[in-house]
Amino acid sequence: MAKGVWIVAEQRDGALRKISFELASTARKLADQLGEEVCAVLCGSGIEGIAGQLGKYGVDKVFVADNPALEPYTTDAHAMAVAKVVKENDPAILLLGASTQGKDLSGRLVGKFATGLATDCTDVKIADGKLLAIRPMYAGKCFGEIAISSFPQMATLRPNVFAAVENPKAGAVVKFDPALDAGQLKTKVLEIQKDTSGKVDLTEANIVVSGGRGMKGPEGYAILEELAAVLGATVGASRAAVDAGWRPQTDQVGQTGKIVSPNLYIACGISGAIQHLAGMSSSKFIVAINKDAEAPIFTKADYGVVDDLFKVVPEFAKECKKLLA
Amino acid sequence: MNIVACVKQVPDTEAQIKVKPDGSGIEEGGIKWVMNPYDEFGVEEALRLKEKNGGEVTIVCVGPARAMETIRTALAMGADKGIHISDPAFDGADAYTTASALAAAIKGIPHDIVFCGQRAIDDDSAQVGAVLAELLEIPQVTVVTKLEFAGNSVKVIRPIEGAQLLIECPFPCVVTAQKGLNEPRYASLPGIMKAKKKPVDVKDAGALGVSTDRKARVVRFVPPPARAAGKIICADDTPEGKAAELAKLLREEAKVI
Ligand SMILES: Cc1cc2nc3c(=O)[nH]c(=O)nc-3n(C[C@H](O)[C@H](O)[C@H](O)COP(=O)(O)OP(=O)(O)OC[C@H]3O[C@@H](n4cnc5c(N)ncnc54)[C@H](O)[C@@H]3O)c2cc1C
Ligand SMILES: Nc1ncnc2c1ncn2[C@@H]1O[C@H](COP(=O)(O)O)[C@@H](O)[C@H]1O
Repeated sequence: MAKGVWIVAEQRDGALRKISFELASTARKLADQLGEEVCAVLCGSGIEGIAGQLGKYGVDKVFVADNPALEPYTTDAHAMAVAKVVKENDPAILLLGASTQGKDLSGRLVGKFATGLATDCTDVKIADGKLLAIRPMYAGKCFGEIAISSFPQMATLRPNVFAAVENPKAGAVVKFDPALDAGQLKTKVLEIQKDTSGKVDLTEANIVVSGGRGMKGPEGYAILEELAAVLGATVGASRAAVDAGWRPQTDQVGQTGKIVSPNLYIACGISGAIQHLAGMSSSKFIVAINKDAEAPIFTKADYGVVDDLFKVVPEFAKECKKLLA
Repeated sequence: MNIVACVKQVPDTEAQIKVKPDGSGIEEGGIKWVMNPYDEFGVEEALRLKEKNGGEVTIVCVGPARAMETIRTALAMGADKGIHISDPAFDGADAYTTASALAAAIKGIPHDIVFCGQRAIDDDSAQVGAVLAELLEIPQVTVVTKLEFAGNSVKVIRPIEGAQLLIECPFPCVVTAQKGLNEPRYASLPGIMKAKKKPVDVKDAGALGVSTDRKARVVRFVPPPARAAGKIICADDTPEGKAAELAKLLREEAKVI
């Protein structure tokens, strides 16, 4: 009988990523309802030392595969390692992050386990002893409640939506041999071009300041960059701004861009088209600054300012600076 | 080169989505159906590879009778032939079941590279490409924004959080397309005329020999949670006044800054 709630923890450059703690906390909640254990799988090279940190967030046992072939992440190697340890232990539930890595890996694992997966969930619970996963579908125009009839019942969790709560458990570290078959390692990472700006990625930022066509041009973003610097935020953009060449594609929020869930999303000069809302409507607080009182973004905003953004944003940055001083 | 492009027919992004009163699904009346936008990038890339290197592009689609229109659109763009997997048992299929059907069809034809979209904009599941790759026992590179053909492999760019990866992946492989990969062409009028005569093989689950059992099921569709009406900040009606009020509310009421 499949038992236990498992997570696939994520690390990069030897540090656990925030999503790993969100996964651990969420798994702990589910496992407590089931009266079962939380286990984590952690793969990489030279990472044994960080595995124990997961215990702080509720993990009972961490299965670690430490092997040079697991760094950097490739689907081939990680899928092989995770599949091996999961098959040997037969968990009831397996959670991953809906990060770029988690999405890539989870699909591959669905194939290996012949099971079901609910992608990019915004809530998970236990109903009748089984996982019930809640997730946006049709770009958030409706939600689906997903049940999975095979094991492990898999779900990926949207980053920044689930709280990481300290709840110390043993966090015992158990090494396992990933039994990598070199002949099966087909993909090669030739180069990693890091974004040198040092900005937090949009999908992981606590605060996002986004600008749309209302920014008038690439120069307009200077006031958003300034505000972002005050708030420790990351700057995003609407597709209109990206298509106009004002901002890079990686900044786009929305259905064909990134899905973000910050604590605070500030939309400046963005009308709130359905495809834009698809990327940000799970944000905890939404602010809209737009001179058109009829703009659809105001139907989603917790706080709306109807005015010229070029007048409001610099003043707002000043006020924030005062408050945060 | 033998190229396969998987396409799904989905509601247009502008479509209003209404949940049926009993939560069993969505109302399909009045929906305009289109090719999944990410699949357009896949089809376009397939056609570009063929134009440069020769070969054939096969379109594979799991979907009801109406999905034939989407296959024809891909053929009108320039693809050579299609496989339409049509069986009511696949309605509302999950990723595993869909990928099993696609894999069964694709195993039967030569394939150096298989394109999928990175995600279908109806179920937003972002799984099928990777499941398919596993079932075909070939490698995958997902969410690709640039692709370069390198003989027996491709070199691709894959953006991740805070970085871009340059990855080399040997043939045969699955590539899932992300916006930025290319600008999909429109079907030309002669293309549309020619597409009518291109062969499309229609198969059901029995003919493919695959199970239609699903592992994941939407037990209930629900409308999105309503957001309480927001506050429009009036303050003293000057930009300065509004800015100050906003900062105060975010600090004291919302506690997010
Ligand atoms: C298949 C598909 C996928 C798409 N995917 C995405 C996506 O991922 N992300 C996305 O964002 N869009 C997406 N779109 C595009 C979307 O439909 C809209 O066209 C786009 O979001 C509009 O961007 P915008 O709000 O910046 O521009 P507009 O709609 O032009 O809005 C500009 C706003 O700025 C306001 N404004 C102008 N000047 C000022 C000022 N001085 N002060 C204050 N306010 C001002 C105006 O009142 C207006 O509301 C997609 C569309 C399609 C068809
Ligand atoms: N029914 C289908 N028929 C053909 N291809 C599909 C189907 N469902 C999904 N795909 C492919 O898989 C991609 C990802 O879909 P999904 O995992 O459903 O988000 C899509 O962009 C398509 O390329």
